[in-house]
Amino acid sequence: MSTENVRVEVDYNASIPNNVALAEDRRLLKALEEWHPQYLAWWGDMGPEGFNDKEVYLRTAVGVDPKGWAVFDHVKMPDYRWGILLAPKVEGRTIPFGKHKGEPVWQEVPAEYRSMLRRLIVIQGDTEPASVEQQRHLGATAPSLYDMRNLFQVNVEEGRHLWAMVYLLVKYFGKDGREEAKMMLQRRSGNEDSPRILGAFNEETPDWLSFFMFTYFTDRDGKMQLESLAQSGFDPLSLSCRFMLTEEAHHMFVGESGVMRVLERTCEAMNEAGITDPYDVEAIRKMGVIDLPTVQRKLNFHMSVTHDLFGSELSTNAASAFEAGLKGRFKEEKIDDDHQLYDDTYPVTQLLDGQLIDVEENAIAAINGRLLDDYIKDAKGGIGRWNKMIAKLGIQFELTAPHKAFNRDIGQFSDVCVTPQGYIVEQATFEANISSYLPTESDLNYINSLMKPCYEKGQYATWINPPKVGINQRPVDFEYVKLA
Amino acid sequence: MVFMRQHLIDPEVCIRCNTCEENCPIEGAIEHNDDNYVVNAALCEYCMNCIAPCPTGAINNWRNVRQPYSLEQQYLWDELPASIEWADTEGTTEALEEEANQILDVAHQGSGVVPAPATAARPQINLWSQGSPAKAIVAGNYRITEAGTESDVRHIILDFGSQSFPVLEGQSLGVIPPGVDDNGKPHAVRLYSISSPRDGERPNYNNLSLTVKRIAYGEHDETKKGLASNYMCDLQKGDEVEITGPFGSTFLMPNDAAAHIVMLCTGTGVAPFRAMTERRRRMGIVGSGKTMLFFGARSASELPYFGPLQKLSGELLDQELVYSRVGAGTKEYVQDRMLKRASDLAELLEDENSHFFVCGLKGMETGVENSFKQICLEHNMDWDKIRTTLLAEGRYHIETY
Repeated sequence: MSTENVRVEVDYNASIPNNVALAEDRRLLKALEEWHPQYLAWWGDMGPEGFNDKEVYLRTAVGVDPKGWAVFDHVKMPDYRWGILLAPKVEGRTIPFGKHKGEPVWQEVPAEYRSMLRRLIVIQGDTEPASVEQQRHLGATAPSLYDMRNLFQVNVEEGRHLWAMVYLLVKYFGKDGREEAKMMLQRRSGNEDSPRILGAFNEETPDWLSFFMFTYFTDRDGKMQLESLAQSGFDPLSLSCRFMLTEEAHHMFVGESGVMRVLERTCEAMNEAGITDPYDVEAIRKMGVIDLPTVQRKLNFHMSVTHDLFGSELSTNAASAFEAGLKGRFKEEKIDDDHQLYDDTYPVTQLLDGQLIDVEENAIAAINGRLLDDYIKDAKGGIGRWNKMIAKLGIQFELTAPHKAFNRDIGQFSDVCVTPQGYIVEQATFEANISSYLPTESDLNYINSLMKPCYEKGQYATWINPPKVGINQRPVDFEYVKLA
Repeated sequence: MVFMRQHLIDPEVCIRCNTCEENCPIEGAIEHNDDNYVVNAALCEYCMNCIAPCPTGAINNWRNVRQPYSLEQQYLWDELPASIEWADTEGTTEALEEEANQILDVAHQGSGVVPAPATAARPQINLWSQGSPAKAIVAGNYRITEAGTESDVRHIILDFGSQSFPVLEGQSLGVIPPGVDDNGKPHAVRLYSISSPRDGERPNYNNLSLTVKRIAYGEHDETKKGLASNYMCDLQKGDEVEITGPFGSTFLMPNDAAAHIVMLCTGTGVAPFRAMTERRRRMGIVGSGKTMLFFGARSASELPYFGPLQKLSGELLDQELVYSRVGAGTKEYVQDRMLKRASDLAELLEDENSHFFVCGLKGMETGVENSFKQICLEHNMDWDKIRTTLLAEGRYHIETY
């Protein structure tokens, strides 16, 4: 298989930058040109509040080949070049899994899977503008210009991901697709009448610790979904998602390094003050840093809410999408099996006789369960790195991932009370201890009290350390956002 | 043992997102386990495909090492080892050194990253940074092309007084022009090759020389002056100049007296070769190594160091001076003269003691490579294969700009 080079070039002179020869498809171009002003209007209404006229040091992809990846410059967000970028096509690619395994990939939507495919794209697409909406007030309390820039970079890239999904809808799904594209701009995160599709995307992102937790835990669900869709037998979806993954990695970085810097500041402050007990919350909070038990509770919340995004562990929808060759498994190409799974099983944790037990289930039915497990393994990596840093600074405290059955509304564990450690308890016991599992109102009030803007070049809020390295080799006191 | 610039990933900054491995075109050059992502020094070809897509900057780390860190060592790291050869750097200085590194990366694009010659001395690099530059005093500034010609090339001598600035032949230094640009930012650093040998422009003095051409270029019907080159060429004796560096750890002279050194250059590209030639002149002829120079300029009067070159014996330096603008019909370039010495060059290409260095404008690379190819064709040799061997063994170096 060889990589096709012809589509690497991006047409940046076009009103909508693209590498999909948009100019040659007049019907599509017209549809997108109609959608474009609606998108900009949505950005104006629901995008980052108060900073659209400021110059932000943003990364824009000018090509989808590795070398064209990153051009950095100060730009105003509404002038960001949102475009349609697909990863280079792989000649001779075949459907990697499911009952069509080995057949050439589809360049057009297979009629029998039309509605299933549309639903997958709509659900993925809906999360993109949702997170921009959730985060729109954060600029007002940015702990530094560096962090503000990272927030806005995440936001413009989520915007581009919406473009990527809208392109697929408009190009391949005719009138229905155009309608869905419009709906993407009409639903609103947290709105009672027309909420975003998935629950976690209707939660607020009220403070910066939430933002870092969200980008670490919840955007990681996005990464897992994109990885699975990148396997798709519908080639345009695969190519879109493959390119989106490179951007998604940046969001993981913002989350992982953000939490890391919060923890580092707390541990350093404890050391400076000679505090060794991480549970001496009062003394620790007096220093204007976030105590580690509160961080643990925030972690419990964001990770468990994200677990729900994977849907039911045993799911017929997910099974159908796998069998149809539309949505694969995480790193499908690296898994050593027949990729059809008719005779395979996968262990799914379930509640049996009052106990949490792994039961071997049909592997196709357990696609979601497996993706959730892959997610948990991936997410634990960063938790381990946070712990290494805490240990290095000599503080006796270890962050842990909550059990996958903890605090669930969807799936196998929605009817059972399980502690973060994985013990099944009575509902009364759970509720009596909830303040040690999940952030309390007073935790949130405290975090909120720290959210004061820090807009001076090179200055960082009291509760967070500067990063180890700046963006694009710039120093940490670089003017990442020009506020003047 | 070879001195190499090893590509490493900072495990403290890396988020294990797999983007680098995804973008790496060489199977196995980047790999990972549950702990770390690591670069295999034996496989990485420095194509830089992984650098821009990395969301964290963790990928952009380099260490100058004698012996590359193994994969096993890298897997055990919680953080990068301290850079042994690098001077202490703090805060913003790393980015500024990277600026110099990027200039060198571009200059070395023709060859890609190659190891230094096996017998090169161990270079010191990055002793002085933009945050704390060395302050050199101008000890002399002489025009070395004939007055009245278009090319104003200067031999500038800088004295470092009591500051340490050890250099090897082939290394460069950075000059920071004073003042700020139109955007109020400090001017970017400029790199110049050092044209004196390691023991100083004057033996055992703590000084060195640069070879700088005054640049002027046309823009919107007016002649603009190259900012840094004009600053340099206008320096007066006694002026103070801010210097960073030294830089460069691959384009270096072999110490072995039996090594043959073939130098191909145009214009001020002669600077490192003046340093190497001068080194060999001062050592005296002690080994069997030949020193050969192909040097192109418009005319003798515009050829830097024309006078001094005439004084060198043929035994010390086999020189081919080539002029592109002398009379009608005699236009000749370095690559043309190479063909006239085809049999000598073919012999040298086959000799494992030979080292080839190219320095000058980007434009000369293709011509030089074509001539090598043609010479090989005529002598039943495979240039592509020879080139690969030369690069792998650190015996072919290109520095063009």
